[in-house]
Amino acid sequence: MLRLLPRREPSRAMLYLTPFLAVALTMLAGLALFALLGKDPFEAIRIIFLEPLMTLNGLSELTVKAAPLILIATGLAIGFRAGIWNIGAEGQYIMGALAGGCVALAVYPAGGPWLLPLMCLAGAAGGIAWAAIPAMLRTRFATNEILVSLMLVYVAIQFLSAMVHGPLRDPDGLNFPESRLFQGGATVPVLAAGKRAHVGFFFALAAVAAGWVLLGRHIVGFQIKVLGQAPQAARFAGYSERRLVWITFIISGALAGLAGLFEAAGPVGQLVPALPAGYGFTAIIVAFLGRLNPIGILLAGLLMALTYIGGEAAQIAMSLPSATTSVFQGMLLFFLLASDVLVNYRLQFGRASAGSAGKKR
Amino acid sequence: MDLLTGILVSLVVAATPLVFAAIGELVVEKSGVLNLGVEGMMIIGAIAGFAATIETGSYVPGLLAAMLAGALMALLFGVITLSLLANQVASGLALTLFGLGLSALIGQPYSGKSAGAFPHLYIPGLSDLPLIGPLVFGQDGMVYLSLAVVAGVAWFLHRTRAGLVLRAIGENHDAAHAIGYPVVLYRYAALAFGGACAGLGGAYLSLVQAPLWVERMTAGRGWIALALVVFAAWRPWRTVAGAYLFGGVTILQLHGQGLGLKIEAQYLSMLPYLATILVLVLISRSRTVAPASLGKPFHATT
Repeated sequence: MLRLLPRREPSRAMLYLTPFLAVALTMLAGLALFALLGKDPFEAIRIIFLEPLMTLNGLSELTVKAAPLILIATGLAIGFRAGIWNIGAEGQYIMGALAGGCVALAVYPAGGPWLLPLMCLAGAAGGIAWAAIPAMLRTRFATNEILVSLMLVYVAIQFLSAMVHGPLRDPDGLNFPESRLFQGGATVPVLAAGKRAHVGFFFALAAVAAGWVLLGRHIVGFQIKVLGQAPQAARFAGYSERRLVWITFIISGALAGLAGLFEAAGPVGQLVPALPAGYGFTAIIVAFLGRLNPIGILLAGLLMALTYIGGEAAQIAMSLPSATTSVFQGMLLFFLLASDVLVNYRLQFGRASAGSAGKKR
Repeated sequence: MDLLTGILVSLVVAATPLVFAAIGELVVEKSGVLNLGVEGMMIIGAIAGFAATIETGSYVPGLLAAMLAGALMALLFGVITLSLLANQVASGLALTLFGLGLSALIGQPYSGKSAGAFPHLYIPGLSDLPLIGPLVFGQDGMVYLSLAVVAGVAWFLHRTRAGLVLRAIGENHDAAHAIGYPVVLYRYAALAFGGACAGLGGAYLSLVQAPLWVERMTAGRGWIALALVVFAAWRPWRTVAGAYLFGGVTILQLHGQGLGLKIEAQYLSMLPYLATILVLVLISRSRTVAPASLGKPFHATT
């Protein structure tokens, strides 16, 4: 018989090993899934996980997809560490794109070196404004921030649609629900001519570094971790939960807004209803896969970006349904959460002997 | 059918999937488990019910498939959170993301097909009465089933011994375990029931309301159902009141233009979500009555 025995302390080895275990299990489940769909499983795995890494274009696309995931996940992880659940990053991403895009469209066709920084500020501000709603409702009325931030995603999607159908519609366009293409100077610089990789990836790297310093070296990061692991202790120590809710929502909102702006002013180049591509939700998986640790998130973001690009390639090459990628991502999160048990518990085979039962956590 | 009758009938149609999903989640939360994956279970129920109905040509296997699929999703959540003690918030999110992806994968061959009109109750004479006829005696069978489920849950929770045990487990799982009640078993059963209900709610969307399969057709209703449980303060009949209230807000967007409201469709579409937030704010000021063990992991040591 298999029993779970609590560990005295969480196993650090397992903490770092389980993400790899989860990836391996997802691969195995993926093989079975492809076989069920009647596709050659090994060919599919090769196309998804290896092919994109073989070309320069593939690597460029990797950073394009990884940048928003890493930016958003870093912000979310800081809140998750404190037990503050911002699930509505997708909405903050949309509002960031909208706010930043509005700046470009307001001064159209003017441009200059001042424009993009201004758009970035507006993008972050848009994300913060949207994140401030659940933060305010939680601190003032003790409203559940999970549901509020999530409901606001749907509101933001409708708002973006209303904007591009109405006031922001391209006046020179063919009545399509989309804004003008952003003018030169309002687009994010690319890293190499002819590729889509843009400077947003460096912002993502900077966010990872800043997040690492905040969580590992700063007093606020310490308070966040205490609040998450031992809310009682945080209260006795006199840490203001209110303040930490605001800080985490502002950080995650700003980073999500920035990610949205980079997407709108980068690969997309305008405001369209299809802008929300699910990064805000996938980033939640990235945050957990990365162990809510900025460095881990960097790796997890790159891996998740790989499943996006490889998934697209597999769709074309093997005529797989587009939903395959999200099934993969869902499975990955499941396996990770399930294997988490090994961090806090150890497995014991055979019958329990008297005295082997540990103290409850 | 005049306008008022039409509005009231479509209100019931909009509310019924919420009733199913919310009453299922209520039982789950009463047992002390917070399953945030309602959206994922609903969408899987929607495609399972739709696919089985198309394949067999009959609604009964369709509805059974929806219940089974929803329950299986919930049991998957159970294995991860009850047996492997994972974080319930994160696992619920995973269930939703996984369900949305898997349903799209399964549903690909079914998009664009229609299930046809769902049978409605018809009692000669009674169903022909103005207003009351279509409203009380002319609904589809699922509407009556949803109310019967609520009545059953209310009876089970407050009038049966098993219901009392379930509530005790939700309030204090350690004490319940010490007395000798099988905490994890009850929670698995509650999860399976909640999943089956969410599956039925999803199937209502794809078989009755639409009736066709569209990717992501639940559009956040699973999350609204979660809010409804809070709104209802974990009382069965109040979820019905809440669901019908939300049904009213939802159909405002359908009939808004017809009633001469000069507002863009997108702003009306925001209403159910804004209403949810408003409701959450209003109820969060009152005292909390959530089951005391809600969302906490349980690991028996002896």
